[in-house]
Amino acid sequence: MATATRNGERVWRRRERGKQLAIWAGWFFGTLVFLGCFKLISDKTIWFFVTDAGHQAADLGARMVPPNWSYMHQLWRPLWDTINIATLGTVIAIVIAFPIAFLAARNTTPSVKFVRPVALLIIVSSRSINALIWALLLVAIVGPGVFAGILAIGLRSIGFCAKLLYEAIEEIDESQVEAVAATGAAGGQVLTYGIMPQIMPAFAGITVFRWDINIRESTVVGLVGAGGIGLELNTKIMELGWSSVTIILLSIIATVVVSEWVSAKVRHAII
Amino acid sequence: MTDAAVSSRGRQWKRPPFITSPLLRWSLITGGVLYLALAFGTTEVNWTRVWEGLPRGKQFLLAFAPPDFTSRWDAIVDGVLESLWMTAVSTVIGILMSVPIALGAARNIASPPVYYFCRTVIAVSRSFQEVILAIFFVKLFGFGPFAGVVTLSVATIGFFAKLLAEDIEDMDPRQAEAVRATGGGWFQWLNYGIQPQVMPRFIGLSMYRLDINFRESAIVGIVGGGGIGATLNTAFDRYEFDSAAAILIVIIAIVMCVEYSSGYVRRWVQ
Repeated sequence: MATATRNGERVWRRRERGKQLAIWAGWFFGTLVFLGCFKLISDKTIWFFVTDAGHQAADLGARMVPPNWSYMHQLWRPLWDTINIATLGTVIAIVIAFPIAFLAARNTTPSVKFVRPVALLIIVSSRSINALIWALLLVAIVGPGVFAGILAIGLRSIGFCAKLLYEAIEEIDESQVEAVAATGAAGGQVLTYGIMPQIMPAFAGITVFRWDINIRESTVVGLVGAGGIGLELNTKIMELGWSSVTIILLSIIATVVVSEWVSAKVRHAII
Repeated sequence: MTDAAVSSRGRQWKRPPFITSPLLRWSLITGGVLYLALAFGTTEVNWTRVWEGLPRGKQFLLAFAPPDFTSRWDAIVDGVLESLWMTAVSTVIGILMSVPIALGAARNIASPPVYYFCRTVIAVSRSFQEVILAIFFVKLFGFGPFAGVVTLSVATIGFFAKLLAEDIEDMDPRQAEAVRATGGGWFQWLNYGIQPQVMPRFIGLSMYRLDINFRESAIVGIVGGGGIGATLNTAFDRYEFDSAAAILIVIIAIVMCVEYSSGYVRRWVQ
């Protein structure tokens, strides 16, 4: 037990002195780094604009209420597009992620030395690049519109789905696979009867989870021209139609809350 | 053997379906097919434009061999450093703001009005993607990294406070009660009863969020929030795919480093 002597009496302490000092040093160093970074950012900031923010916020608030409710009937189409971007993107991602996950999992990959690193590289590059960056790139390539959004969401989700899926594959119970193999089943049969039933719940859970995230992401791909409600949001901000922006934001919140609820229900039913 | 079908060769084993209830299974399948038909039917794709764009896609892929690091090197270094500062500052500020909200959003230690208020804050912060928040903060605070920092800090609340609150709800109440029973005050109760229990998760989440904040700092720049995103956006706008490829490679490399080190710290803590 760590103790300290105070006025000749032993008092309880949470940590030994050395450990406590190390923690303090850590805090000191961390604070220094934080302050240093903050200083660098503050140098690049025009503080006049920051101090003016309260005034700006009040002005913006006044423009945003009351919401322009009649605008809502123009929003159903972009909302439908947004949901399509998320769903079809998720479908594409799952279809591509599925084989990649099997190539990346240590116990199913055809070659640990050659195929696995390639699969892992695909997963990492897809995960590191945000959907918005994919969208930026795809709008330049396939042109603005929903299609670019679907592809962007799909490409971004491959890494996520494949990563979680291959972790699930690596955690399967090998004895079941062995049992199926012992009956004389071929490779494909081992896959469908030995491995697939074990990863199906994880697979369904990952799909729904990613779909939920994609709903959120698909609201922004439109900002760079890839369709959906983000396109509408961008237009209205450009036009300074703030009362319509309020409606868009409210509909985004509603969509996200509903999708989160659906995803939670489905995952609850699976697990 | 949950399901058996009778065929001409007698009883034969059939694989049990993933969804047991046939009604639910078939309605899900029909619903899915119907939805896909509708979705494909209403999605307008301009195939001629896609076809015309393919050479540009090829050009982009070719730009990776070799990527052009030199011509925009200064802008890249500037952007990456700015992203890193933003990541550090916004993670710290975000966590500082998240802790009180997480305490308020834990059902077992907060009173109902506080609980609902904090849960609302979390829900709103989670609903909006970072970029949407960034548009507004850029409008309020002007262009530059400060708006990005505010965006990432606010976005951190939704993630960090939610997961931390869940961890606090899962804690062992007996330890907290024991501290309370010794006559400890509210802060002592927090510091000795609750904090040690959630600390491993706390550090893990901080590392994870650091990782996410770096990724996101790469995109808030697209709408004017500073960082590497601004550089990347410029490169795409000018169709300088070789510079864009270089920036993407730098982002991927840093994300991998951050992810690897944060994973290491998380394993070390748990």
